[in-house]
Amino acid sequence: MLKTRDDLINVRSVYGKSLGLQTKKILVCAGTGCVSSGALEIFDRLTEILKEKKVICSVTLEKEPHGTSVGMKKSGCHGFCEMGPLIRIEPQGWLYTRIQLADCEEIVERTIIAGEHMERLAYQKDGKVYKKQDDIPFYKKQTRTVLDHCGQIDATSINEYFAIGGYAALEKALFEMSPDDIVDEISESNLRGRGGGGFPTGRKWSQVKRQKEAKKYVVCNGDEGDPGAFMDRSIMEGDPHRMLEGMMIAGLACGASEGYIYVRAEYPMAVSRLKAAIEQATQYGLLGDNILGTGFSFRLHINRGAGAFVCGEGSALTASIEGKRGMPRVKPPRTVEQGLFDKPTVLNNVETYANVPLIITNGAAWYKQVGPENSPGTKAFALTGNIENTGLIEVPMGTALKEIIFDVGGGMRDGRKFKAVQIGGPSGGCLTKEHMDLPLDFDSLKKAGAMIGSGGLVVMDENTCMVEVARFFMNFTQNESCGKCVPCREGTKRMLAILERIVEGKGEEGDIDLLLELADTISSTALCGLGKSAAFPVVSTIKYFRDEYEAHIFEKRCPTGNCQKLKVIEIEAALCKGCSKCSRVCPVNAITGKVKEPFIIDQAKCIKCGACITACPFQAIMEK
Amino acid sequence: MNQTFDFTVVDGIIDGLGRKPSAIIAILQGIQEHYRYLPREVFPYLAGELGISEARIYSSATFYENFSLEPKGKFVIKVCDGTACHVRKSIPILERLRKDLGLSDKKATTEDLSFTVETVSCLGACGLAPVITVNDKVYPAMTPDKATELLKALKEEL
Amino acid sequence: MDKKNIMTIDGIPVEIGGEKNLLELIRKAGIKMPTFCYHSELSIYGACRMCMIENEWGGIDAACSTIPKAGMNIKTNTDRLRRYRKNILELLLANHCRDCTTCSNNGKCKLQDLAMRFNITGVRFPNTAEQPKLDDSSVCITRDSNKCILCGDCVRMCNEIQNVGAIDFAHRGSKMTISTAFEIPIAETNCVGCGQCAAVCPTGAIVVKNHTQKVWQALDDAGTKVTVQIAPAVRVGLGKKMGMKADENAMGKIVAALRRMGFDEIYDTSTGADLTVLEEASEFLKRLQSNGNIPLFTSCCPAWIQYCEKNYPELLPNVSTCRSPMQMLAAIVKDQSGNSSRRHVHVAVMPCTAKKHEAGREEFKVEGKPNVDYVITTQELIQMIKESGLLFNELEPEAVDMPFGTMTGAGVIFGVTGGVTEAVLRRLSADKSKGALISISYTGVRGMKGVKETTVMYGDREVKIAIASGLKNASLLIDRIKAGAHYDFVEVMACPGGCVCGAGQPFAETKVRENRGKGLYAADKMCNIKFAEENPLMMSLYNGILRGRVHELLHVDYSQAHGKEQE
Repeated sequence: MLKTRDDLINVRSVYGKSLGLQTKKILVCAGTGCVSSGALEIFDRLTEILKEKKVICSVTLEKEPHGTSVGMKKSGCHGFCEMGPLIRIEPQGWLYTRIQLADCEEIVERTIIAGEHMERLAYQKDGKVYKKQDDIPFYKKQTRTVLDHCGQIDATSINEYFAIGGYAALEKALFEMSPDDIVDEISESNLRGRGGGGFPTGRKWSQVKRQKEAKKYVVCNGDEGDPGAFMDRSIMEGDPHRMLEGMMIAGLACGASEGYIYVRAEYPMAVSRLKAAIEQATQYGLLGDNILGTGFSFRLHINRGAGAFVCGEGSALTASIEGKRGMPRVKPPRTVEQGLFDKPTVLNNVETYANVPLIITNGAAWYKQVGPENSPGTKAFALTGNIENTGLIEVPMGTALKEIIFDVGGGMRDGRKFKAVQIGGPSGGCLTKEHMDLPLDFDSLKKAGAMIGSGGLVVMDENTCMVEVARFFMNFTQNESCGKCVPCREGTKRMLAILERIVEGKGEEGDIDLLLELADTISSTALCGLGKSAAFPVVSTIKYFRDEYEAHIFEKRCPTGNCQKLKVIEIEAALCKGCSKCSRVCPVNAITGKVKEPFIIDQAKCIKCGACITACPFQAIMEK
Repeated sequence: MNQTFDFTVVDGIIDGLGRKPSAIIAILQGIQEHYRYLPREVFPYLAGELGISEARIYSSATFYENFSLEPKGKFVIKVCDGTACHVRKSIPILERLRKDLGLSDKKATTEDLSFTVETVSCLGACGLAPVITVNDKVYPAMTPDKATELLKALKEEL
Repeated sequence: MDKKNIMTIDGIPVEIGGEKNLLELIRKAGIKMPTFCYHSELSIYGACRMCMIENEWGGIDAACSTIPKAGMNIKTNTDRLRRYRKNILELLLANHCRDCTTCSNNGKCKLQDLAMRFNITGVRFPNTAEQPKLDDSSVCITRDSNKCILCGDCVRMCNEIQNVGAIDFAHRGSKMTISTAFEIPIAETNCVGCGQCAAVCPTGAIVVKNHTQKVWQALDDAGTKVTVQIAPAVRVGLGKKMGMKADENAMGKIVAALRRMGFDEIYDTSTGADLTVLEEASEFLKRLQSNGNIPLFTSCCPAWIQYCEKNYPELLPNVSTCRSPMQMLAAIVKDQSGNSSRRHVHVAVMPCTAKKHEAGREEFKVEGKPNVDYVITTQELIQMIKESGLLFNELEPEAVDMPFGTMTGAGVIFGVTGGVTEAVLRRLSADKSKGALISISYTGVRGMKGVKETTVMYGDREVKIAIASGLKNASLLIDRIKAGAHYDFVEVMACPGGCVCGAGQPFAETKVRENRGKGLYAADKMCNIKFAEENPLMMSLYNGILRGRVHELLHVDYSQAHGKEQE
């Protein structure tokens, strides 16, 4: 139990020393991605082998270590999920990829005991072997500050967090700063909300601070629902204390003594890591009453979502914490005035809180060195889709799109051509070739008619049908609409029906205009931000790929050949030997003909199942 | 209605989370974790205990996708149809699972209550797309054939 | 005008007078802003998006949830706004049953009205909605989800004002519905039949059950004697719909109309109310003297009785054993013709939907036959008058029939919140002077406030009184009583404002409701007798038909009835 500032300084130095004695370390990535490919089994196996080989290893940081040892750690997400399970070897900084259980013994013998590099486990690209993690292009172009600890320390241990200076920001805020100083520092840093809107965090905090109510709340939005985004999950899993520290500082600054973390249902591991972290912090007295003897009290609760995308909207989220349906409400009153349980509430997302300790520790001036003046700092993105390197990345705000796709992301998968990138999930829009030099920050994206959203980047290649993409997002939004306001509930339903019709080849003249008209009504009149942005993917795909829509509607043709119902399957008469195999497998009897003469497909009957293509021994049947 | 329903479990969950209306979602989650669905009997009971109307509890229970008013299978398989998984062909996996188990979008659970197959909007494991989960364990980089194999393995565990 | 308080609406300066939102101000400025989900008594829901306005920067806001500020400059009727409103209406109509001519809400429907106002001439989307089942289970209301536009007015009414919570939203997105728990029939829920959901429903999704057909049949049958009683609130409820002033007392014309329709005997429920005053006052005195089951809760309101049975069964011993005025009068009317061989049908015209349920209760049946055969609401009465083709305004007022035709002002004011209490206070007052009457009216029993309290002296005893209208207000009051607050007499009316605002009345805004209350007080003034005990009919009843049968004909024990139901 830490009772004073000195206690905290002391515990930091004790565990700092202990960590220093671990001259060698194996950091097994324990993010959801690597865990699902077997990282925990690998961790256990490695520990077992170390013991068998009588190598002194420590799974936890000891208060009084007996000398040097090999540190075994479950670290946060390294980000390179594609190549998992990953392990990082310290002090060399080597990264081993796609580890199998069978590799473990060799790793211990050759790398840990003998200090050799195992080339076969290293990342290789274009014939080049990359020993060090930092040399790999995927990492080299990144600036990892918020995700700095992920992959460096044990994500499940508060002691490791202490060992590298954890809770120093809280300490500084508690002992050297007044609440006004904290708010000023955050305002000065120009930190903007990472949840999508980019609202200045300092302004939000000062608005809450100004409220006269005795009871206030700090709420963390961990309901990262955008399909294709997992930055917040990685922070909650990989560096939970950094986020807790940020929330405590927010509580201290705004005069709140209670906080809630709302985590979406699909993140069970984030919940268990956060629970453990809260328990550890409580045991140390960093949460609870009279923290470090300062009189500041703070408690944290975790609420699990129950499966509703709309709960990422502020007022829906607080309604959900209150046990209600997650339906957004009208504003005013705003959340800063009447949020959770009708009390003034600071509501920020995970990544925003994780930025706070950095700013407090290093100062606003330091923070502003990275990124543009108006949106400084870094931004984490989830890079997915038809791209070579998928995973979690962190780059300075304002990094150009092409750097992310080609340098960090390694370019398109299978050498295909880039077509578009969907940014900001179902609320965002798409960026195309013409946006390659666009700096990704709040203001530039807004100007380009897109938004940063929570930071999902889904890269699409030339084979992706943009009408189908629009239909996919509309289907998502329609499923996730809360149903409260008419334009979102009914409008998205009708837009989806039209899009479904188009991809099935039943589009009609006027459909594009009707889509745009509905989109305008929805965007202008919907109740909440999610509703207002529901039609963005459709509007932006129409803007950049109108020709694809027109091909579907007027020519009943999908230019990428993606839309199943628009495919035409034909028998090449010259190749057909008339064996009748196709006719026999056709489930709808669409193929007829005389044996030994070319067969014909009745297009009106054909359901494009492709069974005939597989059955044809002469490759005479083709999809067009 | 079943008069003999034993509310000991429910009482324990309520005691752990607080006898207050705001705890209703967490309480329903607790109940669902135990019974694998929300038995109808708990609704009037919770209404009485927490002082909220049964219609309001039903309202919350039907708003959130995770709650089920029908018993679910022993293995709940969720196929991710998030953007990343979708572009990497998650639907054929869903179709295979449904075909193998005789399920459809209308019928999500097998008669013998062994399997439930549903879709989920995004599991956040996009780097490993397409993924599915079985009772929250993530299976990365799936294909229809791998799904069939997985079903075989799971059937052994039944 | 104070410059600091001026904003501009459609180019015209308007003074802000403390309106809580822009919508109220726009309406005050004389613009009929379209809405589905806005009701001044309910919380702001902001879902229909019809009341959108365009601000000076071209932004679109919902007027219901925007606070008026000095210097604002907004437009309520631009090309964009009209387009959005039309699109929203079209989207709503796309899912909606469009059989307007056969809808029971034909002519009263807001969707129909707005579709007409905004000239919707076609719907570009196919109706793919599934046909949900009609919920016909309740004797008070019918729910047709097919006509629901999900404005949530009924849900907020049922929860926020009535604290019943029989219905709520279920599911989400385009699958959202208004539903009972597990979609069970409404009659099997804790619904109390107050009908306020139907009163606020802008479409025909929740409507009051219609029993006019049965009444017509009885009237057409020569072998049947049809008698009718008319509740106090009815006389001030139908005026506006019939082209009269909102608070105008139409009793004489109603009587004339009913007589023309063929009713054999016509009575005033106020007479029953006089009986209630006498019985309830004496019951109250008895309890006060024996200190038994105090506070005494009134029992005239059937929705309150159901609410108490379903939520506070432990309070039933505190509920007065007096039957409601309707049931007291009906028991006597029916008993009187008991020996006649002619079939006798007794109809009650009520401002109330819950009375339809009360009429069917076992307690009020004699040999299996209900004393009140049919209850029709004020709205159904209006429909019957229209159906009969009578020119209401040209009817000469007529008087009700004897032998039960005398009543007092005490009975008439039963129809407004605080009226029962005031009538009982008159009964208890030793001073029967005009001055005493006036001072009773100033004790705080009058007015539309949800909870009123007053203390009066009975002899040297202080009598504490509370009056609640609206069931949420009643439940808050009960919470306080349970927490130790002491009252001797508690009047509860389920509908906010009392029976004049009952769900059987034509729907009215707050102002009109207040006027109805005033109308009843005016009717009281017109009565030459103000004290129930001075009604000469009372004497003859107590000496005649009621001799030795007061308990049998005028009382009911809900606590026992409830006990039986439980078994």
